[in-house]
Amino acid sequence: MKILLIAAIGILPLASIQAGDWRGYVEFEGTAFFEDAAFPGQSNSDLSIAMEPEYIKEWNRGNDIFTFKPFYRIDQRDNNRTHGDLRELSWIHAANDWEVLAGVGKVFWGVTESVHLVDIINQTDLVESFDGEEKLGQPMIDLSLIRDWGVVDLFVLPGFRERTFPSKDGRPRFAIPIDTDNPIYESAAEQHHIDLAARWSHSIGEWDIGLSYFYGTTREPRFVILPSAIDPVTGAVSETNPLYEIINQTSIDLQAIYGSWLWKLEAFTRGGQGDRFTSAAGGFEYTFVGVRESAIDIGVIAEYLYDGRDDEIGSIEIRPGTAFSTSPFQNDLVLGTRITLNDSQSTELLLVAVLDLEGNGQTYTLEASRRIGNNWILALEGNGFSNISENTSLVSFRKDSNIRLKLTRYF
Amino acid sequence: MHPVKILPAILLCLLPVGVQAETAEEKGLAIAVEADQRDTGFVDYTNNVQMILRNKQGQESTRVIRSKTLEVDGDGDKSQTIFDEPRDVKGTALLSFTHKEGPDDQWLYLPALKRVKRIASDNKSGPFMGSEFAYEDISSQEIEKYTYKFLRDDTFDGLDVFVFERYPVDKKSGYTRQIIWMDKEHYNERKIEFYDRKNTLLKTLLFNDYHQYLDKFWRAHDMYMENHLTGKSTKLIQSGYEFNTGLTDRDFDKNSLKRAR
Repeated sequence: MKILLIAAIGILPLASIQAGDWRGYVEFEGTAFFEDAAFPGQSNSDLSIAMEPEYIKEWNRGNDIFTFKPFYRIDQRDNNRTHGDLRELSWIHAANDWEVLAGVGKVFWGVTESVHLVDIINQTDLVESFDGEEKLGQPMIDLSLIRDWGVVDLFVLPGFRERTFPSKDGRPRFAIPIDTDNPIYESAAEQHHIDLAARWSHSIGEWDIGLSYFYGTTREPRFVILPSAIDPVTGAVSETNPLYEIINQTSIDLQAIYGSWLWKLEAFTRGGQGDRFTSAAGGFEYTFVGVRESAIDIGVIAEYLYDGRDDEIGSIEIRPGTAFSTSPFQNDLVLGTRITLNDSQSTELLLVAVLDLEGNGQTYTLEASRRIGNNWILALEGNGFSNISENTSLVSFRKDSNIRLKLTRYF
Repeated sequence: MHPVKILPAILLCLLPVGVQAETAEEKGLAIAVEADQRDTGFVDYTNNVQMILRNKQGQESTRVIRSKTLEVDGDGDKSQTIFDEPRDVKGTALLSFTHKEGPDDQWLYLPALKRVKRIASDNKSGPFMGSEFAYEDISSQEIEKYTYKFLRDDTFDGLDVFVFERYPVDKKSGYTRQIIWMDKEHYNERKIEFYDRKNTLLKTLLFNDYHQYLDKFWRAHDMYMENHLTGKSTKLIQSGYEFNTGLTDRDFDKNSLKRAR
């Protein structure tokens, strides 16, 4: 990682021959919870401010790009959420039939709306948002080979990023506090294990297809409870430690477009975390374009989620040393709607419900946003939890239905 | 020969030479083909676009985009559009492959997520960036996307013009028909009226400030679209045209979309 940073910084003087371009945002955020907190230390409201400036310098007719994008957040309640990250510090060079990205960057794989199963290159910055869509910068060399029969990406990923988790004061958080200072690695190289990945992707007519392979430290840890974390008298569990195992994962992502229909599928098979298992998500988004002769588009989303893991906390008995997962979507139906007004303020609304088909409860998410003036975005986000049973990891969040207002100034 | 069939033959002979074989449909198509011919061979160009959106109350908001276009032999053009303003969508990029037949292909790149999203092509009647221009108004106008009918010769702003109608082939179009005023000297569009699915006049587009590039290709630097139903309007100002810049297919693939800044 250090070599990459030095290499990327070495590009800086080259890049700064001509002034580049600054952009970014400052975001003000307030969160309110509908119910009293489930755990001591948690509060019923939270204020936060974040900023993410970005410096971009292009040269060689845009075939060389230097990007520097730091991020920092200050949170009123959660020390773990007060954090910074180097989102990007990279050099991209594009040639006729290949490209390379060296440095810290971000890569997205996948097609589905409700979960991002195959997206594995970057670690989730979980303190940022409950949906896991925010990512930490990942040191990488990504070589893209561009061929008539598709694009092959070869990744070398030196330097592992640990997942961020809310602290004891954070909300929502898991019932058992997570000891993020003492993760347990399977590899003796710990976070210095060099991970590898390869991907082939191609567009053929109405189809977009991706096949990927990953070997290295899992981005999604299991957890273990060490004997020392159990009170010998009461049996109470004080904390749990993330367990980062070495996995190999093969995945497919597929999308087909037919008129107003978008058909989507993501699936992977993963070995290395107990028994090999499969996880899949598939469904469609249908868009009613210009409803009733207006400019408004209404999309209908339906996805089915499957997960073959059988070690979810809540569903198994936890003993000292037992590894368990927190993945809640074994057999779930997703129903949602996306409303796009297509007005000059870019007003949008997305409402998604995840229904556990085994009766373990429902979760709801709301995302709505609207531009104010030329440079501000006002956004409303919500998470709802209802009828959450004891048999799912979501039980930790049963009191955490919340609404969040974000005001963002772009510059 | 029956007398009934002789009559049209006699009538045809009375018409001026050279026109007698041409129906209004054929003449409309011939004008569209000639206009297309005159704009063939530009290879590629880049330009900058500013859109000023104005609502009924007169409030304005601005869009700034950069655009690249590549001519494709035997098919519709490829284009890549990068958004600069509003600032919240800065770096968002749209890749479009227009096709002479069948739906166009479109991908949208969302820089915050680093995600390339395929867009349903049925959205062609939808507004582009909240403006009064629909996607189908700004995408490359291939001959095969319409059928045609010549209406009349006329004058417009002191210019001799053809006036003809065109009818979208695609049922997903937001229009039943468009009436076009095109000058006879350069085959440049001067005015288009757009009729919605109920065949009422929805929008009027005026073209101004034409400039010629490479001694051949004309581009309007000023376009003004007015929506008669909502009272909103969009002024589209184009500048910085550069032709033959050496763009290739590689500048219009999904990897190039991820490099858009």
